[in-house]
Amino acid sequence: MSSTLIQTDRPRVSLREVDAHTRRRRGRSSLARILLSLGMVVAVVPLGLILAEVTRRGLPALDWEFLTQIQPGARRDGGGYVHGIIGSAYMVGFATLVSVPVGILAAIYLTEYGRGWLPRIIRFFTDVMTGVPSVFVGLFIYALLVRGAFGFGAIVGAAGLAVLMLPIIVRSSEEMLKLVPEDQRAASIGLGARKWQTIMRVVLPSAAPGLVTGAMLAVARAAGETAVLLLTALGSLQVVSQLQGTPIASLTLLIYRGARQPFPAGQQRAWAGALLLMLIVLVLTLAARFVTARWGNRR
Amino acid sequence: MSITSTSPDRRPDLRPTGSGRWADPLFRAIALAAGVSVLLVLGLMIGSTARDAWPVFDYQGFVSFFTSSEWNAGSSRGEFTGVYGAFAFIYGTLISSAIAIAIALPLALAISLYINRIAPKRFRQALSYTVELLAAIPSVVYGLWGLLFFSPVVLQPISRVLIGTFGNVPLIGWLFEGPARNVNYFIAGNVLAIMILPIITAIAREVMAQTPEDQIQAAYGMGATDWEVMRRVIIKRSFPGIVGATMLGLGRALGETIAVAMLIGGQQRWGASLFFSGQSMAGHIASTFQDAAPETVDALIAVGVGLFVITVIVNVLARLLVWRIGRVAGDAAL
Repeated sequence: MSSTLIQTDRPRVSLREVDAHTRRRRGRSSLARILLSLGMVVAVVPLGLILAEVTRRGLPALDWEFLTQIQPGARRDGGGYVHGIIGSAYMVGFATLVSVPVGILAAIYLTEYGRGWLPRIIRFFTDVMTGVPSVFVGLFIYALLVRGAFGFGAIVGAAGLAVLMLPIIVRSSEEMLKLVPEDQRAASIGLGARKWQTIMRVVLPSAAPGLVTGAMLAVARAAGETAVLLLTALGSLQVVSQLQGTPIASLTLLIYRGARQPFPAGQQRAWAGALLLMLIVLVLTLAARFVTARWGNRR
Repeated sequence: MSITSTSPDRRPDLRPTGSGRWADPLFRAIALAAGVSVLLVLGLMIGSTARDAWPVFDYQGFVSFFTSSEWNAGSSRGEFTGVYGAFAFIYGTLISSAIAIAIALPLALAISLYINRIAPKRFRQALSYTVELLAAIPSVVYGLWGLLFFSPVVLQPISRVLIGTFGNVPLIGWLFEGPARNVNYFIAGNVLAIMILPIITAIAREVMAQTPEDQIQAAYGMGATDWEVMRRVIIKRSFPGIVGATMLGLGRALGETIAVAMLIGGQQRWGASLFFSGQSMAGHIASTFQDAAPETVDALIAVGVGLFVITVIVNVLARLLVWRIGRVAGDAAL
């Protein structure tokens, strides 16, 4: 039966030995791996540069005085951003009070009641709304509220921030509510609870950590927002405690104006403000990650 | 038979009575109202800005508003006296976004492939978080950092090299015409690239991760190298998702306001060179809003409406592409 074995004159080569074409392909592959790794490094560098530079320039000026004083004239040293801190706290606080309940309720509608075409439309346009430029939201609030009747102020600024926060909260809350097992709802209904009782006492508590995460991310976004406030809160050089009727400062507006001053003292304060803002935002973001990670492990 | 007859009919007890039976419909109505409020806000947004912008389009002419590059703000309260052509700002928006995409897209693809296929498994999560942290940094901090550090220290030397190298090359020399000031299209585009990197990466990474393992193993089984698997299997399969991710990034870049306002230049003109100090639509609104007379505010709102239309078109197309691939969760906050 040796006739089935075909004899060839080809010299026997080891399978490990490869031709030039394969070597080229291998070389290209190694090169690609190196380039991709380099790309990763290049992407991380800016983050390091930002964190390092803001810390280096901001830390010396970020002291008690910075947190408790308003700023003197642009050329003068010292002083701080307390008026901006108060303004930001006011506006982000009010925006949160409005957008978190509305956003979570909207998410409840989408997950618990949503069937048919309306939820799909809401979901789609919520996604689209996350991409609306913040300056346009500012123009919208200006055209609708500021110019109409209310003038510049904290409540109007908060309204702008709430519009920005709403889609973020709706979408993240919806994802979290979807993670609540259907069995829990069925068990609750089976015990005789009404649907609203099921939602309020079973679904929401079960999803609470996730909902908090979404809210924190939205708060972080609002705390760092400038463009909307430029058109609605306008900014101020004084501490403003009125809720409406007077322009009010925010941390971000002070950084924006401080950065464009030619005076070192003003720029110095802007760096300190940037450091403070970045700390707030990063703490919120990392805390949100932490909550998600812990919560994810528990399920 | 005897069992059913002896047991009393319980059905009336099961029927809801009392005021509690209204609770469910009421709760549903409240949730529905909250859901519809999102659409309502979006509708109001379009309505109120379009109402204020309409007279400007009427006065300047729709085509002329978008194609003329002469912007001469008027100072009147009740009527229009200025000249409003927004082309210079449209050009600034487009060119800075184009630079941003040209830099961010290759980087985002590299990162996504690296995280998905090359990085050791235990580092993957940490690396994704690190890139996503870039999205958490407020845009005013990017502006400050770009203006006082990144532009003078890092980008200016690069600009000088680019201008020196390509400035006299025929055909493309006009793109690299110097001198470069501290703020220009190129600077704004670079910082924008950093800002949109996380959203493109997040979605591209998730889309790539959905590539079925069988297909990857099949390619390896046929002798493909790592790079061939990435290029011919993963990228090819994820292509629509990558396009969607890029367009989402583009949407962000087009609409980004504060960082661009601080870095793009501030001149109300346009120039063909990448190193021209011009202005973007969003940046122009933010920079001149405070000193604008009522008629000019209307014109700025009109610029905003133009910007909104562009970004919404880009976003809708992007969402449609990304949605087709399946639910990609967790990008809402990016």
